[in-house]
Amino acid sequence: MSFEPPRSDFPILAREVNGKPLAYLDSAASAQKPKAVLDAMTEFATTEFANVHRGVHTLAAAATQRYEAARARVARFINAKHSDEIIFTRSGTEALNLVSYSFLSPRISAGDEIVLTRMEHHSNIVPWHFMRERKRAVLKWVDVRDDGTISPPAIQTLLTPKTKLLAVTHMSNVLGTINPLKEIISIAHAKGVPVVVDGCQGVVHDTVDVQELDADFYAFTGHKLYGPTGIGVLYGKRAHLKSMRPFNGGGEMIQEVSRDRVTYAEPPARFEAGTPPIIEAIGLAAAIDYLAGFNRAAVREYECAVYTYAREAVRQFNWLRVIGEAPNKGAILSFETQGMHAHDVATILDHEGVAVRAGHHCAQPLMERFDVTSTTRASFALYSTREDVDRLIAGLAKARKILGE
Amino acid sequence: MTIDDSLRELYQEVILDHSRHPRHFGPLQHATHNGEGYNPLCGDRVEVHMVLDGDGRITDIRFEGRGCAISQASASLMTDMVAGRTMKEAEKLMSGFLHLVKGEDASGLSEDDHDRLNVMAGVSAFPMRVKCATLAWHTMKSALEGGASAKTE
Repeated sequence: MSFEPPRSDFPILAREVNGKPLAYLDSAASAQKPKAVLDAMTEFATTEFANVHRGVHTLAAAATQRYEAARARVARFINAKHSDEIIFTRSGTEALNLVSYSFLSPRISAGDEIVLTRMEHHSNIVPWHFMRERKRAVLKWVDVRDDGTISPPAIQTLLTPKTKLLAVTHMSNVLGTINPLKEIISIAHAKGVPVVVDGCQGVVHDTVDVQELDADFYAFTGHKLYGPTGIGVLYGKRAHLKSMRPFNGGGEMIQEVSRDRVTYAEPPARFEAGTPPIIEAIGLAAAIDYLAGFNRAAVREYECAVYTYAREAVRQFNWLRVIGEAPNKGAILSFETQGMHAHDVATILDHEGVAVRAGHHCAQPLMERFDVTSTTRASFALYSTREDVDRLIAGLAKARKILGE
Repeated sequence: MTIDDSLRELYQEVILDHSRHPRHFGPLQHATHNGEGYNPLCGDRVEVHMVLDGDGRITDIRFEGRGCAISQASASLMTDMVAGRTMKEAEKLMSGFLHLVKGEDASGLSEDDHDRLNVMAGVSAFPMRVKCATLAWHTMKSALEGGASAKTE
């Protein structure tokens, strides 16, 4: 399969940073946007925009139709059975918080357990800490092995009759590990435990079929998927969503409000209080259309080839330790540089026009597991190239020259 | 100033020397004032320990923790410079230092202090790194004020 990175679809990639061409290797934090997405949003906002669901005028009807079509597009993208299983949120984080407040909170009491892995992003940790703080639930952690993988049988042993939820990421934002979701979910379901999946990275690099996975909830964000910021998605099985209380209260989410009584709309409206991110939904649908225009398997193969090129190239540095060597991983290269702090490395790389992320990547329990406070992370997308990697390698050599022992 | 020049100024030899061989590093027994600083952005931590005498003079100071070259060098330089000063003098030095690394008017500093702190002035060209440079100083201040923990955000 051949795949050519569509560099010219992404206008920002043509710019310079600090006098050097931009080598953008921070797509796991947020991906750059193709012109198709920006154009779709502008076109919608200039020709069809109005608030959704309430108006009877022409534009309100057009905007509602486009907004609901975006929902259907998302549903098709992850193969949800019904469009009403797709809830638009403000972010992936909000999607996970929605599960915590509306699904788990009424079902969990003191001493009940939530099982989560040590490779979770803080957004799939803190909502469960809320349950620990407010409901005195117990968090049980699935350990991460040295190569950055987790063991499904180890998950099995942690599940008890008190387990009310399993929270697991599809793909680690630090290690790149792609978890065997289908196996994990079937283990959890065998013990009657529902599973919420953080798909913020996974949905970008892997194909997702929520029915095949049998996921109870699958959350992701728009901006890492080449779409706009300000929009996230929560997929939830229809039966779950119907059984859940609302999250936020306000307009759009009610059936009827009187002075002493309120009834709620059916999902998904029940969970979309207030004016939703309408323009962003149009942008997200455009991003999905854009991505679907490629052979996804070829994209993945290409991204993995760029990753492997980088992985091999850093072997020349005996002061660099790669963290995350899972056999099945997405295109993320995290590493520790002995004697050099990640922030110093990132500052020097930035001066070479190379944008990487340095820090704990909102995954402190994982950093602790690997005994580091921070790492440098280069993350790749469909527009990344081997030239970007060459620039990274040259920048690392320069950093060593400046900072080295 | 070219980009490479600004990078060279940021990571000049004095800074790297301080970060590789920090002065006054380690625990301090019988400390009268302790502070803990944390940068939630990068997860770096620093502890500052001091002994103050009856006149409010810092007779001994040490720091612990790990962090980037900028934060380590800044902490090391700070401990070098505040030892022997009174609380008031240390706070005045800090205020001048903060101006300096933000690229603001640091004329409140004596000529000698300005000369010694000036190695950190290159930070002002890197706004994302100012917090690295100021963490130890905020921590020292919170220790002087009674040990509440300092955060850079």
